[in-house]
Amino acid sequence: MSTAATTETKPAAPVIEKIKVKVDGREIEVPRLTADWSGKLTPTTMIQACEQAKTDVPHYCWHPQLPVAGNCRMCLVEFGTPAMGPDRKPVINPDGTAKIAKSPRPAIACATPISPGMEIYTTTPAVKQMREGVLESLLINHPLDCPICDQAGECKLQEYSVDYGQSASRFVEAKVHKPKAVDLGPRIMLDAERCVLCTRCIRFTRDIAGDDKLGIINRGSYNTIATFPGTPFDNNYTLNTVDICPVGALTSKDFRFQMRVWFLKETKSLCTSCGTGCSTLLGSREEKLFRYTPRDNAAVNGPWMCDAGRLNYKWIQRADRLKEVQVFGKKNTWAGALYQISDRLKRAQAGSVAIIASARQTNEELWLISKLKAKLSAVSDSVARFGEADKLLVSADKNPNTNGARLTGICFTEIGSNLPQIAAGIQSGKIRTLIVFGEDVTKHGLSADLLAKLETLIVSDILPNETVKLAHYVLPGAAHAEKRGSFTNTKGRVQKFMKAVEAPGDARAEWEFLHELVHNVTGQNGFVTIEGLFNEMAKDVPAFNGLNWAALGDTGVTVQI
Amino acid sequence: MDWNFIIFSLVKIAVVVGVVQGMVAYSVLAERKISAWIQDRVGPNRAAPPFMKYIPVLGPFLTRLGIFQPLADGLKFMFKEDFTPAGVRQIYFWLAPAIAVVPAMLTVAVIPFGSQIGNQHMVIADLNIGILYTFGIVSLGVYGIVLAGYAANSKYPFFGGIRSSAQMISYEISMGMSIIPVLLIVGNLNLSQIINWQSTHGWLVMYAPISFVIFMVASFAETNRTPFDLPEAETELVGGYHTEYSSMKFALFFLAEYSNMVASSAMMVTLFFGGWSLPFFGLDHVAGPGSLGLGIAHILIFVAKLLFFMVLFIWVRWMFPRFRYDQLMDLGWRRFLPLALVNILITAVWLYLRS
Amino acid sequence: MAITVNRKPLSFWEKLYLPAIAGGLKVTIKHAYGSLFQGKVVTMEYPEQRWTLPKNYRGAPYLVKDQDGSTKCVSCQLCEFVCPPKAIRITPPGQDGQAADRANAEKMPKEFEINMLRCIYCGMCQEVCPEEAIFLQNDWSHIAHNREEMIYNKEKLLALGGTHGGIQKWKHKLEEAEAQESFPVKV
Repeated sequence: MSTAATTETKPAAPVIEKIKVKVDGREIEVPRLTADWSGKLTPTTMIQACEQAKTDVPHYCWHPQLPVAGNCRMCLVEFGTPAMGPDRKPVINPDGTAKIAKSPRPAIACATPISPGMEIYTTTPAVKQMREGVLESLLINHPLDCPICDQAGECKLQEYSVDYGQSASRFVEAKVHKPKAVDLGPRIMLDAERCVLCTRCIRFTRDIAGDDKLGIINRGSYNTIATFPGTPFDNNYTLNTVDICPVGALTSKDFRFQMRVWFLKETKSLCTSCGTGCSTLLGSREEKLFRYTPRDNAAVNGPWMCDAGRLNYKWIQRADRLKEVQVFGKKNTWAGALYQISDRLKRAQAGSVAIIASARQTNEELWLISKLKAKLSAVSDSVARFGEADKLLVSADKNPNTNGARLTGICFTEIGSNLPQIAAGIQSGKIRTLIVFGEDVTKHGLSADLLAKLETLIVSDILPNETVKLAHYVLPGAAHAEKRGSFTNTKGRVQKFMKAVEAPGDARAEWEFLHELVHNVTGQNGFVTIEGLFNEMAKDVPAFNGLNWAALGDTGVTVQI
Repeated sequence: MDWNFIIFSLVKIAVVVGVVQGMVAYSVLAERKISAWIQDRVGPNRAAPPFMKYIPVLGPFLTRLGIFQPLADGLKFMFKEDFTPAGVRQIYFWLAPAIAVVPAMLTVAVIPFGSQIGNQHMVIADLNIGILYTFGIVSLGVYGIVLAGYAANSKYPFFGGIRSSAQMISYEISMGMSIIPVLLIVGNLNLSQIINWQSTHGWLVMYAPISFVIFMVASFAETNRTPFDLPEAETELVGGYHTEYSSMKFALFFLAEYSNMVASSAMMVTLFFGGWSLPFFGLDHVAGPGSLGLGIAHILIFVAKLLFFMVLFIWVRWMFPRFRYDQLMDLGWRRFLPLALVNILITAVWLYLRS
Repeated sequence: MAITVNRKPLSFWEKLYLPAIAGGLKVTIKHAYGSLFQGKVVTMEYPEQRWTLPKNYRGAPYLVKDQDGSTKCVSCQLCEFVCPPKAIRITPPGQDGQAADRANAEKMPKEFEINMLRCIYCGMCQEVCPEEAIFLQNDWSHIAHNREEMIYNKEKLLALGGTHGGIQKWKHKLEEAEAQESFPVKV
């Protein structure tokens, strides 16, 4: 096993011709073709060229992962192409440069392909005037209710108003009033007045989610986004429309009126609801989680995320979280409990210990458990969790780190195959000590009666369950939002996640006390930082060879599984 | 053993100490009131026991006068947290306030605060060497302050202590020198005898005015009063030697300062202003055993003179800015000391010529 | 570079200090006489005597209601954001919270707390408020038995703040919308 980690596993891209264009006088080289939302190669547009030139072109309807609509007109720019003489040859200026014929009309940057020698102007007075005009037009019927709008703070209309807006409206007639707080589906609320009709949501549901539910009804000023009558907008990807909506028209019912976005601390994290491991941003304020939003990661989830994963965070801050260390039902300290556990494990006979880890634990924690396992010659396994998959993001494997458990040697290809053996061992009296991490084993073949036979039952978990009730030692653990670590997803992508909030009470990240336990039992000194721990693990686990914490970056690295 | 002597001495001690303490308490009030008036303010006018508001006219009047303020202050000092900072020299830290207070109270022992009531001389200890005793005790006062500055283990108190040692020693010399002409004139060290001399010959301030001026200025310096309050300069040393003190220990330093003022005033009255005597209405001779009224009148005269000097002490504090340290030393060593020496010489020559 | 300050040499009388002492006495006696007998004191006896505050005095910030008695605050949390000492703490209503007590405004704070111990009366909240719902009023004296009492909640702030009329934009907007009967399809 000497599979070196590779950073990208895309198939070798076909060689694409590069052409030179000028953006605001700066010459850059851009490929003639660029992959669009569906992966098909299409001619590169001016907005993409500007993006590569790091020039900002304001836009509402254009989105890199959606089909081009070209209806908001905000991205209008001026451009010119090399002038051709009657001989179909470029006309040359006296100084040797090509003569540019400036187009008499502006063009929308999102839908105009580039051509060799093209010059794009985004800062001319005319462009500024056009942007001001478009913005004023969009604001004609837009209500001035930023104080009650959840989008305020991350609203494109607000941002561009600062750049191109006017301080006072010239519009003296009554604004058109459209329905507010329209219930589009179980998770989405629509405010039709705020909509700028960019149709991003329509294109997303039609082309990406494949659930063509949304459309525009009525005419002219009364244009309104709506679902087909009687069919709620309820697929598993509806909340993405909230993200891509440039204004506050589509809002999440879950996050509605909960907190203003500018207070949220955004922490780079991962979704743990299935094996896909979507990159997320956790929005938290003062130790309280408010929302998950997807984080762009082309290798995993693109800019999308499913609703189920997105809303699966409330358990982290439940009031009944395990908050104290317990030894035989009495409150104790970490030092006291770890001392007793270390003592018991050191005295345990080889082969008398079994470990049931969880595939919801991080790579680092599983690796530390594998150290314990080796020292104690223990039997180990984890618990499988399978559900339904879909063709976009959701994976059938509901554990976020099954591959991590496999690679660190906690379980094998068939996850959960050792559980009957452990049950038999306890029944026969061979296994005297059981260590359980984050799983309710009473639901997985180890009944309460069976667990009662054990000499020592050590349980580390986050929420109370039947197994915790039977435990001799309860070690409160931390949810992923409360610690740092890394997961390996179903495709072998190793990604790291950061800590957003503090764990409640005495609860501690598992790797912190595992490192101490491993040190006490095996004598090997672990690492007190997650960076050191990961780097040590990468040296030890063949699949992770060559990785280090810093090199994982924000989007992770794919390894051979 | 003369039981009569012991009992009367104890009574006198109790009364004198009590009166001095009360005087201290009310001179703090006077200090606050006078400073307020000079600065166009009102001063303490709130503290009062609860029933005071039911007494018509008098109650509010006394309250506005601040009569009850010293009681409130004293109570507050008692109940404040007694804070001992970390790193101080505990024993010295506790000892310093006591050492500051004791000499201040002891000085009062030799001062004749009246002539005679019945058979009793109105002085606790009628020593033959009264003046020497006073100077001996007064020079001990500096130890309390130096010790406080040293024990507090903090830079400001330390500066305060150092300044005070230099200042007090310097001015003690001028002070001692300044009263030698008085002794030359009177020819006696007993304070009662000095007063008796004055009742027949007239107040000594007329014989030795320069001595009086030097003595007065030096006593300002000795009691750490403005314009010589360098050891506790609030603006520079945040309180100087008593910065780290709180509660009753801090109060003891206050007590010492004002007791010293009382003692200094008493000394000035005794040495230069005829003590309990007054040159008119026949108030200038010792009251006999039968004349109780005269004895009491003498005490009142003494107290009145004393209060005049107390007010002077207080008034000066709100009139002058503080001296700079080099100016202080300059004044002590290069002005007053030579002046005092010349004064001795002139007096001696004058006495020689007169005899 | 050291700078030598040239001091004028003192004259004989100045050296003697005596005129200065006399001058000091004169000034102090004048003031003492003034304050004792003429009542010329510069202080004010606080709890009984109080200042008459100018109309635009910036005291403690309180929430106000509109002329219909409705809460003006819409929980936009801009004041919480702008507050330099972080004295303001707003709990937004959330999806299930009580709706605003006037039509069309959609939301109002579930709880609105100002810690008067932290407040520095800078007036940023008043300046930033898009709803004219918070004003610095002429209240500057706060008395409480403990720190918790100094945290004023929404109820207290509204009671202290009183009424401040205004243009009532949400109400007008509702009237405008109701007037548009030509809206073609009810969605």
